[in-house]
Amino acid sequence: MSGGLRRGAIVAMLLATMPAAADEPRPVMIGGDAIAASLTGRPGDAARGRAIVADRQRGLCLLCHAGPFPEERFQGNLAPSLAGAGSRLSEGQLRLRIVDSARVNPDTIMPPYHRTEGLSAVGAAWRGRPVLTAGEVEDVVAFLVTLKE
Amino acid sequence: MRAAVLAALLLAAMPAAGAEERRSGFADMSAATQAMQADDAANPGMLWVLDGEGRWSRKAGRTERSCADCHGEAAASMRGVAARYPAIDAERGEAVDLAGRIALCQTRHQEATPAPRESEASLALTAFVAHQSRGLPIAPPDDPRIALLQAEGAALYRMRRGQLNLSCAQCHDDNAGRRLAGSVIPQGHPTGYPLYRLEWQGLGSLQRRLRGCTTGVRAESFAPGSHDAIALEAYLMSRAAGMPVETPAVRP
Ligand code: HEC
Ligand code: HEC
Repeated sequence: MSGGLRRGAIVAMLLATMPAAADEPRPVMIGGDAIAASLTGRPGDAARGRAIVADRQRGLCLLCHAGPFPEERFQGNLAPSLAGAGSRLSEGQLRLRIVDSARVNPDTIMPPYHRTEGLSAVGAAWRGRPVLTAGEVEDVVAFLVTLKE
Repeated sequence: MRAAVLAALLLAAMPAAGAEERRSGFADMSAATQAMQADDAANPGMLWVLDGEGRWSRKAGRTERSCADCHGEAAASMRGVAARYPAIDAERGEAVDLAGRIALCQTRHQEATPAPRESEASLALTAFVAHQSRGLPIAPPDDPRIALLQAEGAALYRMRRGQLNLSCAQCHDDNAGRRLAGSVIPQGHPTGYPLYRLEWQGLGSLQRRLRGCTTGVRAESFAPGSHDAIALEAYLMSRAAGMPVETPAVRP
């Protein structure tokens, strides 16, 4: 954890050249263990974010996490529950964990949702594309912030 | 580079979890699916084994010879064979998996066109041959070339891959027994291949199973029969050494 934090503590510029589909590319500023600013310069949409988190093709979150989704069967138990994530972590901390959780824990199994470099043997259909676009990351963050337990 | 190969060799040589801590995917299945595997009359994989038995004694190729013409009774000559594959093909000095070995026999000794990998014909013959080892402990050959292959496979097993950046080890060593959504993550032992998967509604090879795992993490698949595919299989077999062969297994 300390290594990841130390690296993160140096304000780093990451993904400066990310081609983010519909969103205009912007530099991602990491400060401490957080990304304070919205990746798109706009707030996300919490309702859209909830749908992404529950979608097993897009967010994939419930493969590993459980959370406050009474309508969703078969939630995973490889990771802490998402319930209360918005009380435990600030918006900026949540954003960094979605963009690239390895910045916080180098050994994490949580996929880097908005990083494309440093990956190996990516299938052709996914190569050079992040799991979530900048706009989708903002929607997910906007939803997680509402999870106050 | 040398150091990396050495380190991988050491890892491969380390005694994996003791046999008592290892679990076949069988142990994670529902009682109904276990019963289906255990009863030959209910196990759909036995249909392929029966089909393979027919092919075993069918004359084919320019030499008009059957497998049985050279190997006789499979119950005797093929007993224990699947338990020690992948193995080195003496003629080429390279490792082959069981399906690859069968295809080599078809080419060399029957002078026939081998059935393509994963065709029903290839699966049936492979299942019939592997079935002759059912209940026998997996026993990889004691050969330095296989040891090297196992070490390469161990490195592939530990390498993070795909858009989701996950290694085989992160699921099958670190998180086995936990739930990935609705599925219990098994330890990933290749004890039952080819096997009948309810999700496939058919018999499938280990390579097909691995395709599910690699595309699941949005990674490139291993080409069946390729060097890397055989190295990974050799490592998985060494990891499962001593566990009984289950072919034809049933999985959800
Ligand atoms: C393959 C597994 C996996 C997937 C998929 C995954 N996560 Fe995680 N996540 C983890 C693990 C494990 C942790 C615990 C911290 C660690 O080990 O890095 C974690 C931590 C978190 C945390 C911090 C929780 C806390 O209370 O500290 C948040 C928030 C989070 N994940 C949200 C998400 C969201 C949202 C998604 C989908 C867009 C997602 N995760 C997908 C495995 C996963
Ligand atoms: C994200 C988790 C995950 C990763 C990564 C993963 N697997 Fe799997 N694997 C599974 C699950 C879950 C199953 C059980 C079948 C199912 O429900 O899909 C499985 C099944 C298997 C099986 C079948 C075991 C049996 O009893 O027949 C083997 C073998 C296997 N995996 C090997 C591998 C290898 C080798 C890799 C890396 C190339 C890998 N897996 C990567 C989750 C994973």
